Amino acid sequence: MRQGLFGQVFKGAVMAAAGLAFVAGGALAKTELTVYTAVEAEDLKRYAEAFNEDYPDIEIKWVRDSTGIVTAKLLAEKNNPQADVVWGLAATSLLLMKGEGMLEPYAPEGLDKLDPKFRDKDNPPSWTGMDAWVASVCVNTVEANKNNLPTPTSWKDLTKPVYKGHVAMPNPNSSGTGFLDVSSWLQIFGEKGGWEFMDALHENISHYTHSGSKPCKQAAAGEVPIGVSFAFRGAKSKAAGAPLEIIVPKEGIGWDMEATAIIAGTGKLEAAKKLVDWSITEKANKLYNEGYAVVAIPGIAKPVKYFPEGITEAMIDNDFEFAANNRKAILAEWQKRYDGKSEPKN
Amino acid sequence: MLVIVLYLLIALAFPLYVMLSKSFETYAFRFDTVELQVDRGEGWGETLNAMALGEGLGIVDPGALVTTSDGRFPATSFFPDFSFRAKTLYRIRNTKEGSGGFLVKGRPATGTDWFELTSGEFRRVQIRPSQATGTGNYLSYFSTPALFTSIYNSLMIAMISTIVTVTLAFLYAYALTRSCMRFKGAFKMIAMVPILVPSLLAGIGLIYLFGKQSLVLKVAEWAFGEETVAPWWDMLANGAYGPSEIYGPTGIVIASVFFTFPHALIIIITALSIADARLYEAAIALRAPKPRIFRTVTIPGARYGLISAAFVVFNLVITDFGVPKVIGGQFNVLAVDIYKQVIGQQNFQMGAVVSVVLLIPALIAFTVDRIVQKKQVALLSARAVPYEPKPSRRFDRTMFAYCCFVAFFILGVLAVCQYAALIKFWPYNLSLSLGNYNFDVMDGGGWDSYANSIQMAFYTAIVGTFMVFTGAYMVEKGKGFNSGRTGFQFLAMMPMAIPGMVLGLAYIFFFNHPNNPLNFVYGTMGILVICTVTHFYTVSHLTAVTALKQMDPEFEAVSQSLKQPFTKIFARVTVPVCLPAILDISIYLFVNAMTTVSAVVFLYSPDTTLASVAVLNMDDAGDIAPAAAMGMMIFYTNAGVRLLHAGLTRGLHRRTQAWRTR
Amino acid sequence: MSESGAGGETDRTVYLRIEDLTKKFGGFTALKDVTLEIYEGEFVCFLGPSGCGKTTLLRAIAGLDIQTRGRVEQAGKDISALPPSERDFGIVFQSYALFPNLTVTRNIAYGLENRKASRAEIAARVTELLDLVGLPDQGDKYPAQLSGGQQQRIALARAIATSPGLLLLDEPLSALDAKVRVHLRHEVKDLQRRLGITTVMVTHDQEEALTMADRIVVMNHGVIEQIGTPLEIYRLPATSFVADFIGTMNFVPGTVSGPDRVRLAGVDLACESDGLAEGTAVTVAVRPEDIVVQSVQGGEENAVEARIGEMEFLGSFYRADLVSEGLGEARLRADLSINLVRSQGINEGDPLSVLLPRERIRIYPGSAVRG
Repeated sequence: MRQGLFGQVFKGAVMAAAGLAFVAGGALAKTELTVYTAVEAEDLKRYAEAFNEDYPDIEIKWVRDSTGIVTAKLLAEKNNPQADVVWGLAATSLLLMKGEGMLEPYAPEGLDKLDPKFRDKDNPPSWTGMDAWVASVCVNTVEANKNNLPTPTSWKDLTKPVYKGHVAMPNPNSSGTGFLDVSSWLQIFGEKGGWEFMDALHENISHYTHSGSKPCKQAAAGEVPIGVSFAFRGAKSKAAGAPLEIIVPKEGIGWDMEATAIIAGTGKLEAAKKLVDWSITEKANKLYNEGYAVVAIPGIAKPVKYFPEGITEAMIDNDFEFAANNRKAILAEWQKRYDGKSEPKN
Repeated sequence: MLVIVLYLLIALAFPLYVMLSKSFETYAFRFDTVELQVDRGEGWGETLNAMALGEGLGIVDPGALVTTSDGRFPATSFFPDFSFRAKTLYRIRNTKEGSGGFLVKGRPATGTDWFELTSGEFRRVQIRPSQATGTGNYLSYFSTPALFTSIYNSLMIAMISTIVTVTLAFLYAYALTRSCMRFKGAFKMIAMVPILVPSLLAGIGLIYLFGKQSLVLKVAEWAFGEETVAPWWDMLANGAYGPSEIYGPTGIVIASVFFTFPHALIIIITALSIADARLYEAAIALRAPKPRIFRTVTIPGARYGLISAAFVVFNLVITDFGVPKVIGGQFNVLAVDIYKQVIGQQNFQMGAVVSVVLLIPALIAFTVDRIVQKKQVALLSARAVPYEPKPSRRFDRTMFAYCCFVAFFILGVLAVCQYAALIKFWPYNLSLSLGNYNFDVMDGGGWDSYANSIQMAFYTAIVGTFMVFTGAYMVEKGKGFNSGRTGFQFLAMMPMAIPGMVLGLAYIFFFNHPNNPLNFVYGTMGILVICTVTHFYTVSHLTAVTALKQMDPEFEAVSQSLKQPFTKIFARVTVPVCLPAILDISIYLFVNAMTTVSAVVFLYSPDTTLASVAVLNMDDAGDIAPAAAMGMMIFYTNAGVRLLHAGLTRGLHRRTQAWRTR
Repeated sequence: MSESGAGGETDRTVYLRIEDLTKKFGGFTALKDVTLEIYEGEFVCFLGPSGCGKTTLLRAIAGLDIQTRGRVEQAGKDISALPPSERDFGIVFQSYALFPNLTVTRNIAYGLENRKASRAEIAARVTELLDLVGLPDQGDKYPAQLSGGQQQRIALARAIATSPGLLLLDEPLSALDAKVRVHLRHEVKDLQRRLGITTVMVTHDQEEALTMADRIVVMNHGVIEQIGTPLEIYRLPATSFVADFIGTMNFVPGTVSGPDRVRLAGVDLACESDGLAEGTAVTVAVRPEDIVVQSVQGGEENAVEARIGEMEFLGSFYRADLVSEGLGEARLRADLSINLVRSQGINEGDPLSVLLPRERIRIYPGSAVRG
């Protein structure tokens, strides 16, 4: 009798929940797209609003996290995808997903307008690019003065003993920014030179952060004088009033592309296609330009406020496939070298 | 009964089992199932087995093929003379259907057909690993120093924190039970405050107090002048325990002590308050000096309490994820490793391995605690005359000063969080602003998270209390089916030994499996509630069982003999009599649901982001001030609910519990 | 109503019939093939040491612990498989089991609700019951505000509120103070007599059983040792266990030495040997108060020469240890009245002739007897 009663209550609750979900789904004429993204939280509203100006019927449900986490989530859900679209995730991550057969190839309208660098080489492409997201170094001028630190101008500068304990950078294992830094150093300095550089840099690192924006935010807050991060974040913090200088190291800077793709097997393919179509429009590119100096459609980018000069020129010729295919090996090597040494220093 | 047993099986036993099997799921390159052919302009050469080829070249070690699911091996490695400009043609195929296969043009190929590729295309071919079962993950775990040093780190941190916490809590409890100082009630209340906040907040508070931009430093500079303070601070900052080290073991220990303090305190207070005054009188009559009385009467009397407190603290620290995540810096511990493996590296198998490793000390600590607790109960039932402290000016003052110091520190951590939350841009713009409360433009899900958390905590309290109380009722009042009841009791005790991270990860494996009919729960509020109820099941269950044990075992028999239905005795007698315990359980579940991070961090979805996880994510993104702001919102909510609970309990006491007073 | 009803009478109605009842808890057998009849209106006590199965038997009658095997019949109806709620009984426990959060009135009315009785009827019945148990003004109090004896009376009132055919009492007086206990014995017995309700009481207290019961069922190790009136049980214990358990008993080892004769270490006694063969090892039992010390002639049948050992003063009498060559190692305890000790000037160490009256001697086969 107890069981019976409880069983019925339970059954009732499940049915009610199911019913509610059904009603909720039916009542909204809007299509709801679950969009996974690594775009900065403060930009998501603007993106969605601009998109809804053109497609009011499609509602975007954001799932935002740092690059590593979104990538992990997508891979974890490989057999049971929750996302419909990925909008704003590192191209290296999307390449990984393509390798798992998780992306739906689609040639969006206006594909030909894009810089060929900003699309998957296959036809139809599995992903299309949005903008480039560029590494740079945030220096807190107040803290630097206090500690008598000269302003670094190159990556090699950061390995000088004077900066010992004054540099933070993201852990490439969890941060997309961290990974693009590491993969760019390996491309700039070569495999051997790259690791030698990182060995030297590691001596100066105060700590590795989990997210890519944190080193810059910490530099902005004075928790650390120098943060290896990305330009966009630095510009934002500078705008918020932080005494920051954003440095473009002269050897060149790593970058990754934020890109868009449809998750294979989505039940909302039509809406997903519309979103991807829109994501490469001029309007969208202009939106990206507010935070990123380089966008997918050539010739429309305007200089971004607080962005350091010469940033576009400094971008290295990035080999995404190298980065994606060697990701595993690079991360393992990085972890072996630097994560294992993280016992207390005293 | 069956439903509740089923609940614990689904919410606990199955997920853990799936996780365990996941830790044995390995990925390895199966080069022996890949075949290659080359055409250097003279027609296809002989068919080459990749394994043989690799071994011959010395690039493949058949004993070391283990990798992870996203491991890749470039096919060009098999041809040292490879040049993508050469006119050479390549063919590649699998000899076995369904193995890992390889990537052609970025897409997976698992069939057994030949692919014919130009060298430009072949350049991009990557071999993928196949799935297998074995101890490979464990082998690779214990051969990676970066991973297994965490075991040592975790144990060290947990042990140091345990010693510090138990010592501090013992002194505090001693002051509360053995002195005649004033404001005992207030001190006790303040000491309970850390329970109301996520452990993360302790880390954040410490960063503000002792970090690079230390508030302590700023205040000292303001009070004594920058010139006076600078040399002192430099000395501290460059010393072993200076602020530069707050990110690391020192910080973890201090923050761990902060959040485990009340847990230890409750246990030790209980142990100290069961002391028998007769023993003290006997000792005094035998003219034992005070230190000897302390050593021979006080400590042995509180022995089990101290041991129990030690193991509880040990368990809390070793399984905690929030503190080391926020303030651990480069200091790796097991709980954070699980997070890093899963979230950072997508290496779920290794995450499962670390989980299993973390389970071991947690299980040991749990077992010892249970054994000790049983002995403590035996002591409790002995008849004793309660000890009444006698006033002693010097002792009372010393104790008062000590309690003030501890209370000041606890409140200081919270105050500094609140202050930082209201500052526009610490430390460069100290004007007050509510900007940090604009959660919607930050990571973590914004104000919705806060609303979700309250909703989740509410559901957890309702559903959890119902499940727990009904379950405890079945165990306590059920008849027959004894082995089943013992099994249930065992299941109910289990969650205490399962670290939150482990539970959360096990839930991903179990509930996100496409073949699981319960798959629909994944990503909903439901799974968060289930997970939280399960995570905090044990303490609630024990509370309920204790309350039920105090009821006369014959109530049901009497009611049956009077031909009244079971529901009547349950509703009219059992529930009203146990109401204080039921309220305690619901408040316990609510508060913990508001503050928990570890289990739910793997399980929340965009619709169900939580405030506690938002604190984590905002801190992760470097938005420490908003993280502190959200943490304080959790504190105010919990404090409010606690007060409401206190009021409600008092009211109920007056109305329905009149029978308790003689 | 039943005066001291004798066991063998057949003219009375059997109200409760228990046949071959066996109850096992895992590997432990708590009851072994218990068969028993209880007559209408009778007050029966289950008496035995703890763990003898008496409570298990009561709970089986109530349906609280269903038997493993066997039959229970109440008022001619087989109730073996019925749940407690479908049987007809009221029950009182040692712990009273009063609902602490309900007032006395609500406790008593608990079983009257859901019975199509109007509120006024219930109120009237509660008042009647409160009067019956002698607590007319306590209706609005909570159980915790009453004394133990008062609580037990309320529990009794609650149990009989629905006028059940059978009243089950599970050690109802054990938790009370000695004085209250003696007082309540009479009250409960009196109430039972007035209501004429068939009653089964479980107790481990022989005095309680002897004073209250019409018949006593002595149990040990899950079996019934003896059923009988208090007098039968005391006078004619059927087994050495009963002999030992009820009252005080001297046990002396001996052997059957002829028809109606037993031999102790150094003396031959005449007694009923119940047809036991010559040479059988037996235990000879005699109660201390049955040992005659006054005007015993040496050489008389069953007279034993002894010496007074230790004398224990027990208020109204002395209990004296008797040492005798005729008894070998064994000691006899004899109750000597104060009067006798005073008039005869008996002291420790004095020689004394005692008589073990033939009709007061019981013999039991076997020698394994405690004490």
